[in-house]
Amino acid sequence: MAKVPVQFTLNGSEKAEFVDSGTTLLHALRDKIGDTSPKGGCHQGTCGACSVIIDGELRLSCLTLAETCNGATISTTSGLSESGVLHPLQRAFLDTFATQCGFCTPGMIMAAKVLLDHTPNPSRDEVIEALSGNICRCTGYEPIIQAVLTAARSNSQNAA
Amino acid sequence: MELRKSYFADVRKDDLHEIGQPRPRSDSPGHVTGKTAFFADRNFPGMLHLKMVRSPHHHARIRSIDTSEAEKHPGVVKILTAKDVPHNVYTILILIQIGPEDETVLADGKVRWKGEAVVAVLAETERAAQEAAAKVKVDYEVLPAVFDMEEALKPGAPLVNEYHGQNYYLYDSGECRKVRFGDVEAGFAGADHVLEQSYQSSPIEHAPTETTGCVVMPEGNDRFTCYTNTQAMFFTLDNTSIILQMPGSKLHFVGGTVGGGFGGKVDVIVEPIAILGAKLTGRPVCFIYSREEEMQISSPRAAEKVVIKDGVMKDGRIVARKVTGYTDAGAYSRHSPYGAQKGAGHYPGPYTIPNVWIDTYCVYTNRTPSSAMRGFGVTIGDFALEVQMDKLARLIGMDPLEFRFINAYRDGDMKAHRQPTEGAALIECMQEASRAANWPVAEKYLAMSSYVKGA
Ligand code: FES
Ligand code: FES
Repeated sequence: MAKVPVQFTLNGSEKAEFVDSGTTLLHALRDKIGDTSPKGGCHQGTCGACSVIIDGELRLSCLTLAETCNGATISTTSGLSESGVLHPLQRAFLDTFATQCGFCTPGMIMAAKVLLDHTPNPSRDEVIEALSGNICRCTGYEPIIQAVLTAARSNSQNAA
Repeated sequence: MELRKSYFADVRKDDLHEIGQPRPRSDSPGHVTGKTAFFADRNFPGMLHLKMVRSPHHHARIRSIDTSEAEKHPGVVKILTAKDVPHNVYTILILIQIGPEDETVLADGKVRWKGEAVVAVLAETERAAQEAAAKVKVDYEVLPAVFDMEEALKPGAPLVNEYHGQNYYLYDSGECRKVRFGDVEAGFAGADHVLEQSYQSSPIEHAPTETTGCVVMPEGNDRFTCYTNTQAMFFTLDNTSIILQMPGSKLHFVGGTVGGGFGGKVDVIVEPIAILGAKLTGRPVCFIYSREEEMQISSPRAAEKVVIKDGVMKDGRIVARKVTGYTDAGAYSRHSPYGAQKGAGHYPGPYTIPNVWIDTYCVYTNRTPSSAMRGFGVTIGDFALEVQMDKLARLIGMDPLEFRFINAYRDGDMKAHRQPTEGAALIECMQEASRAANWPVAEKYLAMSSYVKGA
């Protein structure tokens, strides 16, 4: 199978890999680069567990071919905390009990981050809309919605 | 939530340091940083991928299996059939002496449900395993199948599982689990009203976000490390030990991180065959269900049918209850005989009824084997019982909550299976529920107590 070179920035560091043509970004991140924070729940674009941020947009890494990410800037949940300090979203998910098994959590946090990056003070409905592509089977959505609203509040307090 | 300290004031402790205090969960820092290691986050060099060839038929005899084309497929390393499995016929609860062994790891001579594992293909890549699996040729002679529990119990129905000899599980006490208390027919004869209703449920899939699977690493000294998302570590360890005829000391299971399970990950399905693959190839093996397999192959909550007949007096007392419960095990036992048995203990409900008669059957059909799921054996029963309670209350023109107060068990009441009730607290829960839901009940019910008889 043809190998293609791909180069992108992942959580601030340069990555260069040869991948089989047709490899998904999810596979490349998890199996080649070793960032296992995006999870494979369905591999068909319905669960959101594999969500990552590519050039500021929320993307399903199971439906994105690695070779299309040349030159992109990609962030995942594993790159969110800086020198051991949790990002406000991570803190809020922790404090409001918004994670049970944790499998959906990295995808949820990415979806929430894109929302807060664009809309720092979202309404509850906007949170629900932003998380609608992410399935959680354990926690129940209410604590997750609360976590995102809590993070938004703590962000605006920090900014103030 | 307000704590009502008036309840059980004489038996409660108020010097608790943990209960009522928030405590961070030890695993959530890993979850929010993406560091928690789920089994599929382990990736070993040279890891093989296992794909299963599955039965397209509900019930069929296997005339022959031809793997020659699949073996030639590029990337294929090993193909396993029934003859490769040291102890191929097993049953999960054999560990607690519940037999007979009735299920094959890989089908041998026959398949009993659509989706049953027949041949395991191990290849260098997932794709190669998939393509090779499609080249395995299995010649089936399709047999008549049965999908309905009542049909399965009729004389002359196709026999689903030869290891049982009949289409129901044979308990030590007979063809069903029985509870007998008082004289139920006399109870009905003396009742003001008798109401018989039947209730039924469909199978329900757990749909965990992480699909079922495991990763096995051969450690080189004939020991194997298995990273798995099982919810039942010791069932898995011991059954694997039996199936592979290997002492448990050679099997090292690493688990405890489960991406959702809800009971759907208590069966021992992926680990034995993946470890066998690792043993026969000397390489790491990954066996992970696709989402499609998770939805179609993993054991659902059993379909159930419950027939409830109650005798009730105009003043609200239930005087007799007769229940027949059927649990659809599918083709194999797994945890279903236990589920059906739990139902037998549960059908009196949290009510004191002087005359009770219960039979619960665990029935085999050619459907996907069902197994554990969140209170299996009792949840559907509760649904049926509580709908029945509402119907009974309506029948005698009584408020449904007041009707439950009248029948609720209190401490000291003898339950139908002859265990005296202890620590019931049901009355108190219903009192709180009536306040929380703004559902008024007469003052005399608010004065009742679970542990003062007649109060
Ligand atoms: S794994 Fe990508 S959406 Fe489910
Ligand atoms: S916490 Fe388990 S899927 Fe969301």
